[in-house]
Amino acid sequence: MTAPLPPRQAAISIRGLAKAFGRQPVYAGFDLDVRRGDILSVFGPNGCGKSTLINLAAGLLDADAGSILYDGREVREVRIGYVFQNYREALFPWRRAADNIRYPMRRMGLSRGETEARLDALTSQFRVRFDLNRYPYELSGGQQQLVSIMRALAVEPEVLFLDEPFSALDYETTLSLRGLLQEVLKARRVTTILVSHDLEESIVLADRLLMLTRRPTTVADDVAVPLPFPRVAATLSEPGFVAIKARCLHVFEAAVKGAAA
Amino acid sequence: MRAVLTPLAGAAGFVALWWLAVLAGVADPVLLPSPAKTFRDTVEGLSQGRLFNDLLRTIERTAYSFLIASAVGVPLGVALGAQERLYRSVEFVVDFFRSTPASALFPLFLILFGPGEATKIAVAAFGAALVVLFNAAYGVMNARRTRVLAAKVMGASHGRILFDVLLWEAMPQILVGMRAGVSLALVIVVVAEMFIGSTDGLGHTVMNAQMLFESGLMYGTIFLAGALGYGLNLLFLLAEKRFVHWAGK
Repeated sequence: MTAPLPPRQAAISIRGLAKAFGRQPVYAGFDLDVRRGDILSVFGPNGCGKSTLINLAAGLLDADAGSILYDGREVREVRIGYVFQNYREALFPWRRAADNIRYPMRRMGLSRGETEARLDALTSQFRVRFDLNRYPYELSGGQQQLVSIMRALAVEPEVLFLDEPFSALDYETTLSLRGLLQEVLKARRVTTILVSHDLEESIVLADRLLMLTRRPTTVADDVAVPLPFPRVAATLSEPGFVAIKARCLHVFEAAVKGAAA
Repeated sequence: MRAVLTPLAGAAGFVALWWLAVLAGVADPVLLPSPAKTFRDTVEGLSQGRLFNDLLRTIERTAYSFLIASAVGVPLGVALGAQERLYRSVEFVVDFFRSTPASALFPLFLILFGPGEATKIAVAAFGAALVVLFNAAYGVMNARRTRVLAAKVMGASHGRILFDVLLWEAMPQILVGMRAGVSLALVIVVVAEMFIGSTDGLGHTVMNAQMLFESGLMYGTIFLAGALGYGLNLLFLLAEKRFVHWAGK
């Protein structure tokens, strides 16, 4: 494992995290630092607690023990964004898409002018060509998830959580959304934790990839992904990418087998 | 076009059967008047103002009952639904009185409100309020968990979540409850008009016409009450479609 980061460089510091569901421990003394501006992918076998990790970090679940600090602050003192896997159940269908994106800015108390300016900035940055004055259910799945992402970024979050954001979308949509997302995240330098069950996606979006084991969850491998951005379709066949993927697959198989034995 | 024509064909068939029964002399004409006579008597009743007044009075009582039921049932149901444990503790009482025939409560309400207008409206409002409350509470309790979490992550307080998410999530179910509530209110009002000292209303007129052997008027009033119930249901269905445009999507 990498050494702990000096405090100013760490956007998130997790120490001694413990969480159990019933008598099943998911985390027992888990440590993690995430560097400011990094995109961290979390990858592991089903049920290893990938989503639990970001739900704990986002304050949607309470930890049994340990601390999760954002530059020394608790999560409720930090601006965060969260994109759910199920966009259909995460957007507010009674509000138009644009009003969904405005909602967290209203909650923050931003002025109307600032709200509209940010909405316009996001619209052009994501090159939105569909009508944001429609209701979410009138949009395609990819468009709805894009609205979710814009809503999460509208507050200019210090940390963004993405919980399997593309798993309900078709491959073509996933590829284009992925491209847009990495472009915007890198331009805005948003610290991001992405949970994914797709290894290719985990690598292609990440500065760093965390491979988790089965429960109780530990880090099986901590992989730096030093490939240059933007990463495009051709990246997937470059030797650097292929080598990282092979290494990760090996670790993953060992982690799954090790637990089964 | 077919959507209108098909039900109309069924209605025409019903009238045709009725007419055949009359022509065949199945029953005494005093008990079973012809459709034409029923129609004549109904139009006459409506144009002379008496039956029309009855219709208005029944609508008025139903409307008051429904408004009271909604004003009490919706806020209370939403508040209870937001506190699921509290709702579970009162659920039995709500279900019990929801299952109690409202007509069995007439004597009690007569003691409480006297033999006037207030009793009819109060019984109907009571029955309808429980239906509205029950649906509103379930609407809130069945709110999508993800949406509540999404609001929480965006910094919404408990109060905000109630008004910005739970109330909207419950809206389709609240309107279903209102539709059921208004139908029940009409049923109770018409029965109350029959038995709780009334001088007007469709229930009163059905009863009166029966006792005076004015069977044309009796049948007509029954159909009028049916049309009212059907119309109210249709009105609420249209309102649901328009107002909760997102339901089921």
